[in-house]
Amino acid sequence: MNATIAYITFRGMLGRRRALLLLALPVILLLLAITLTATGYNDLSSSTAVLQRFALGALLPLLALIAGTGVIGPEIDDGQIMYILTKPIPRPVITTTKLLVAMALIVLFAVAPTLLAGLIMSGVTAQLAFAFTVGVFVGGMAYCAVFVALAVVSRFAVTIGLLYALVWEVLIGNVAPGARKLSILQWATSVTDSLTSATAVTSEVSLGIAVTLLVIVTVGGAALAGIRLRTLSITGAE
Amino acid sequence: MSELRLDQVSRWYGNVVAVNGISMTIGPGVTGLLGPNGAGKSTLIHLMGGFLAPSSGTVALDGVRIWANQHVYRHIGLVPERETAYEFLTGWQFVECMAKLHKLTDPAAATRRALALVEMEYAKDRQIGTYSKGMKQRVKMAAALVHDPPVLLLDEPFNGMDPRQRLQLMDLIRRMAAEGRTILFSSHILEEVERLAGHIEVVVAGRHAASGDFRAIRRLMTDRPHVFAVRSADDRRLAAAIIADGSARSVQLTEGGLRVEAVDFRRFTWLLPRVARDADVRLWEVSPADESLESVFSYLVAP
Repeated sequence: MNATIAYITFRGMLGRRRALLLLALPVILLLLAITLTATGYNDLSSSTAVLQRFALGALLPLLALIAGTGVIGPEIDDGQIMYILTKPIPRPVITTTKLLVAMALIVLFAVAPTLLAGLIMSGVTAQLAFAFTVGVFVGGMAYCAVFVALAVVSRFAVTIGLLYALVWEVLIGNVAPGARKLSILQWATSVTDSLTSATAVTSEVSLGIAVTLLVIVTVGGAALAGIRLRTLSITGAE
Repeated sequence: MSELRLDQVSRWYGNVVAVNGISMTIGPGVTGLLGPNGAGKSTLIHLMGGFLAPSSGTVALDGVRIWANQHVYRHIGLVPERETAYEFLTGWQFVECMAKLHKLTDPAAATRRALALVEMEYAKDRQIGTYSKGMKQRVKMAAALVHDPPVLLLDEPFNGMDPRQRLQLMDLIRRMAAEGRTILFSSHILEEVERLAGHIEVVVAGRHAASGDFRAIRRLMTDRPHVFAVRSADDRRLAAAIIADGSARSVQLTEGGLRVEAVDFRRFTWLLPRVARDADVRLWEVSPADESLESVFSYLVAP
């Protein structure tokens, strides 16, 4: 962890239009929660649906994609990463710092809004808000690690990440049940499932496997990013 | 005193060879890396800056391998070609961040010193995004100099600078070199290199074409026959006068004027107006017919 790199990365992420992008989805989630509560539609099943489908299923992967690739991808693309690479700092420290910044952004823009929305809609009923907060948190960590690694490995990280989150996890996951086993979304759901008594939350992946895979993916992504940045080739304008 | 040494370095991308078996040693003072666009200058600088692994051969600073070795950056300052530099930071914040990344004991003092060196104190509190090209180049210099490195690599530092900024930067580079630093800068403009560098390395099409004192290379470049296109009020009379004068190897009378093959570039450009005046012929146009840098370089690499 390097405070200066974290500072530059936060400034880069929050100073530009990207900040609005990060803010839009959580605002929609909170508005949705407030509207449902105000109109009396905040029963357990619709609260679960909002948290499951919107917070965990849409907001989290998209924000993690924006944050995870945003903390390092653009810098590699425009060559600014050179200013950080030409310093006597081990490359894994650079990627770990970037990853921690992405994770902090996820806590701020995905985890906290999920907790808030859950509390607004269902209070402490069935521990629903708490369970989804934890689910979004562990899923967010894994997503961030994957997307940061992807951004170091490929210039098409955003496209690949979108394909993964939308096509693999949602489309193929709906058609082919086997694909659901290899899905961060499902692992996070499994963790949530184990923490709430609400029956609407179910996952096909057992808790033990889900936690193991979440840890492997998070640590593996972080390690891969560090290793790949160590030998990142930057080509000139030629 | 530091020395960069390249030993039989090649770098290829797939089937494309960007740098081909180059060996060179760069010591204290200013070295100009000269070559036409696309010759492999940037690839070389990226190899020396540790951004690229050599496909074969070694790149070392004082005997220490550069690739995948972050410790060399204590001794290297690099000014990238691309203009971008965290535009949302102010000049001061940017340079201070670089000082902190170098883990200097007093980042603020180092920042002040580096900004003073490039005379950018007056704009230190403005965002880099609001800077002109020359200012960006100078703040990038300050960032590269903040840890007082013995080696400075500059990739096309004069690109996009106006003449005044160019002179300022040349002056700064000269001062840095006088302090005993090893400075390498790339350029595709012969005049820039000639004015600044005592030592020149010429790269053409990924190969090391020439190396040495700039005067020697300049002579290589100027001793070759130069072809000029000349138009005048009376081409025939001028042709006779030029031939009689002996400063040209051949004169050809064409529809569009004269084609003169001069023996000595400088002597000819100095003599032609006198010859014309003495012969009472008005010159309309004198232009070098083969002065493109590529032709100069291709002459150099020709066996």
